[in-house]
Amino acid sequence: MKTDVQDRAYLKVEGLHKSYGNLEVIKGVSFTGDEHQVISLLGASGSGKSTILRCINLLEMPNQGEISIDGTRLPLSVSRHGVRKVTDQRALCDIRSKLGMVFQGFNLWAHMTILQNVIEGPVQVLGQSKSEATDRAEHLLERVGIADKRHNYPNQLSGGQQQRVAIARTLAMDPKVLLFDEPTSALDPEMVGEVLSVMRDLADEGRTMVVVTHEMGFAREVSDKVIFLHEGKISEQGTPDEVFGNPQSRECQQFLAKVL
Amino acid sequence: METLHTLLGPLSFGQGGWGDDLLKGAFLTLQLALCAMTAGLVLGLLLAGAKLSSSRLLRWPASGYTLFVRGVPEFLILLIVFFGSDRLLNWTATSLGLEAGYEVPKFLAAVIGLSLIFAAYACEIFRGAYLAVPTGQIEAGAAIGLTRRQVFLRIRFPQLWRFAIPGLGNLWMVVLKDTSLAAVIALNELLRIAKLGGETEIRPLLFFTAAGVIYLIMTSVSDIGRASLEARARRGVAEV
Repeated sequence: MKTDVQDRAYLKVEGLHKSYGNLEVIKGVSFTGDEHQVISLLGASGSGKSTILRCINLLEMPNQGEISIDGTRLPLSVSRHGVRKVTDQRALCDIRSKLGMVFQGFNLWAHMTILQNVIEGPVQVLGQSKSEATDRAEHLLERVGIADKRHNYPNQLSGGQQQRVAIARTLAMDPKVLLFDEPTSALDPEMVGEVLSVMRDLADEGRTMVVVTHEMGFAREVSDKVIFLHEGKISEQGTPDEVFGNPQSRECQQFLAKVL
Repeated sequence: METLHTLLGPLSFGQGGWGDDLLKGAFLTLQLALCAMTAGLVLGLLLAGAKLSSSRLLRWPASGYTLFVRGVPEFLILLIVFFGSDRLLNWTATSLGLEAGYEVPKFLAAVIGLSLIFAAYACEIFRGAYLAVPTGQIEAGAAIGLTRRQVFLRIRFPQLWRFAIPGLGNLWMVVLKDTSLAAVIALNELLRIAKLGGETEIRPLLFFTAAGVIYLIMTSVSDIGRASLEARARRGVAEV
């Protein structure tokens, strides 16, 4: 393991490439993030922002590139070209358990109650006892305001409630980094606020977060770093003030003019 | 009262009536179908696993098997099993240096034949159900750090039933009725008893109608069971 300062970045993505067949969707993306930072990935749909997020926990297999979290590299084979493989399934599960992922479509397990959804990871992956996990889950559900629904099934909750449960499910693993993949895009407008407010709290308590979002207001207020993607490449990055206030690239200017 | 007795007398219970024989036949039919389904479910799951496997060595035989069994008449499969199983057993015995002359018990032969049929169709149902579980459910499991095995056992398998039960319910009814084909090896299931009774009393229509009613009762009760299992498997899932 290297120890020079540059490699000590908490989250590090380097030279990421991803293709589907002949279609290259990520064309060499590198960025770093520090602990307690909120990084927002912005860009038009098809710019590759969700794909980058899904590469970070290897739900998508990058064709090239290195990703490391808190000094631990993702266990990928080193082949420069062609399909890369996960070299160590155990290490993969271990890393994923430290990366919390919140999906656009919530993806709560339909056959489990809310409480069962939240304790599944802690019990099965972290080996906590059921009562220990339940105590913590109830506390987390309380926090996201869903405690009274803990014995309901996901389909009995509204979209906003489901997404808050999904956040609680992720927090129950006590992850090092939280990955949000357009967490409010599938919600009715009146439910966006409740989810964003939970995310704002998480940012305030110093969670390390990578957020793919179309909520420009949220990105501007909460992020420490904003990355703007265009056709699979980073075309602009910096503080929210820099990117929103004084964008340099044409693509970014056009994008912001459209969405703001 | 007199006419009713002459009309339904042969179906009465006890001395001279066929009622208890018919019920025994119905019981055997149920036993056959239950055993065939149990074995068929296990074999069907294994076949589905083989068919979904990335290894051609597993995929091809499984595909060949389901193609064959689903492509020829069920009666033919049963005949092959009924007559082939004795041959196979004796051939195995002689090649092991034992004496020939064994016979596979009829009930067992019928269960084997019916479960082989059940398995071929169940395989397709399980395969479809496996693929029908939404990707997001699986990704959420992987993303939280569950191993592949845990994802299968804790997420995919429990949800698979929701998609499989309607098809399996149909298949159960088919196998329940297919047990009647076992009459060909003189197994005293419901339809054979009805045929015997009808011939003896020279009232075939009466006996066949009675058998039909008993089949209907069994299938209707099954359907209620299927509906309640389906409701249980769908809990937590929005109505579509």
